[in-house]
Amino acid sequence: MKPDFEQFKDLPGTTIFTIEKAREGFHFNEFCMSLRQEENRKRFLADERSYLDEWEMTEEQKEAVLTRDFQKMLDNGGNVYFLSKIFAAEGLSYVQAVSTMTDMNVEQYQAMMKSGGRHIDGWRSKKERGEA
Amino acid sequence: MAKITAGIATSHVPAVGAAIDMGRTEEDYWRPMFEGYEFSKNWIKTNNPDVAIIVYNDHASYFGMEIMPTFAVGVAESFEICDEGYGPRPVPPVEGAPELATHLAASLILDDFDLTVLNVLEVDHGLTVPMSLMFGTPDKWPAKVIPLAVNVVMYPQPSGERCLSIGKAIRRAVAEFDEDLNVQIWGTGGMSHQIQGARAGLINLPWDQKFMDDLINEPEVLQYKPHLEYMREAGSEGVELIMWLIMRGALGDKVDEVYRFNHVPASNTSVGHLILTPKEEA
Ligand SMILES: [Fe+2]
Repeated sequence: MKPDFEQFKDLPGTTIFTIEKAREGFHFNEFCMSLRQEENRKRFLADERSYLDEWEMTEEQKEAVLTRDFQKMLDNGGNVYFLSKIFAAEGLSYVQAVSTMTDMNVEQYQAMMKSGGRHIDGWRSKKERGEA
Repeated sequence: MAKITAGIATSHVPAVGAAIDMGRTEEDYWRPMFEGYEFSKNWIKTNNPDVAIIVYNDHASYFGMEIMPTFAVGVAESFEICDEGYGPRPVPPVEGAPELATHLAASLILDDFDLTVLNVLEVDHGLTVPMSLMFGTPDKWPAKVIPLAVNVVMYPQPSGERCLSIGKAIRRAVAEFDEDLNVQIWGTGGMSHQIQGARAGLINLPWDQKFMDDLINEPEVLQYKPHLEYMREAGSEGVELIMWLIMRGALGDKVDEVYRFNHVPASNTSVGHLILTPKEEA
């Protein structure tokens, strides 16, 4: 079966981690995996720039990490489960980190979740939203 | 003869594990969710399996990107707990079931499912949170476990058809194992949730409930649901629900619904939980 990676581009506000994206983000995600070890977490937080320079990452990927721009990390091949190692190193929860990718602050985001989450109406497709 | 006597489906939200580990289950935010599992914790006391085959996914906890198996079965004597970045969960190590696991892996490979065999594996919240929800916080887990890790993180994930059919093959393989064992199959993950991008926080409870109905009554139709539809309707991480199809396939054609529970939210996720038993053939 011929793979169809284009189909996911219609999903609004969503980056699907495909086998192609995984290739693009390989070294980046490997860096994230290294943060599973406590000594690496300490070393990273003590001097982020030099820790990042130990990895074969693009400058854009490094910039995204340094500025904690999670959307930019996704755009450059990161996957959220790997990225979680970055925010876990700082003791942040998924909700705290994930909310930064939305147009809400963390209190607004939490309030949305408590009232049942983001409703799907208007979020099904870019076509439906007139964005495609 | 070994036999699959029940199937359990449950979400495996990491924050649920954290709430248990930090003793926060009585807080207003968490209490209604944990109350929904009280029935199940009692039920399993009288239906304790010898072995639970737990279908779950690793969340970049043990598997990096060097090797990304589509289906992988843990055949070791025991499985340690991953450090997912916050330190390992303070739960007991998970005891394996090597004899049944090797029999299962071999049967599935001979049935044309090209499994990866894991002689070493550390398990993450995907596997341990369901155990905590069902078994509570014992010093030693009351059942042996065969971890079945499924790639749901990287597209292409296995198709729904493949998941349902590997479940059917698991049922046959267990029935052909000589020892008398009470075996359960657990499908974990889901339900609707998205933890990335501007659309993060998506929850689609009506879709989740329909998914449960179809899983119970129409798995042969449900298996054809494409990945895109899971991602669109249940969020990018909602695609984890294909793992519930493996559980369903291992229960045979017809099932009885013993218990059902839904709760929104736990952290970013719609929590769903089912206990199903195979309907005895007349
Ligand atoms: Fe998961």
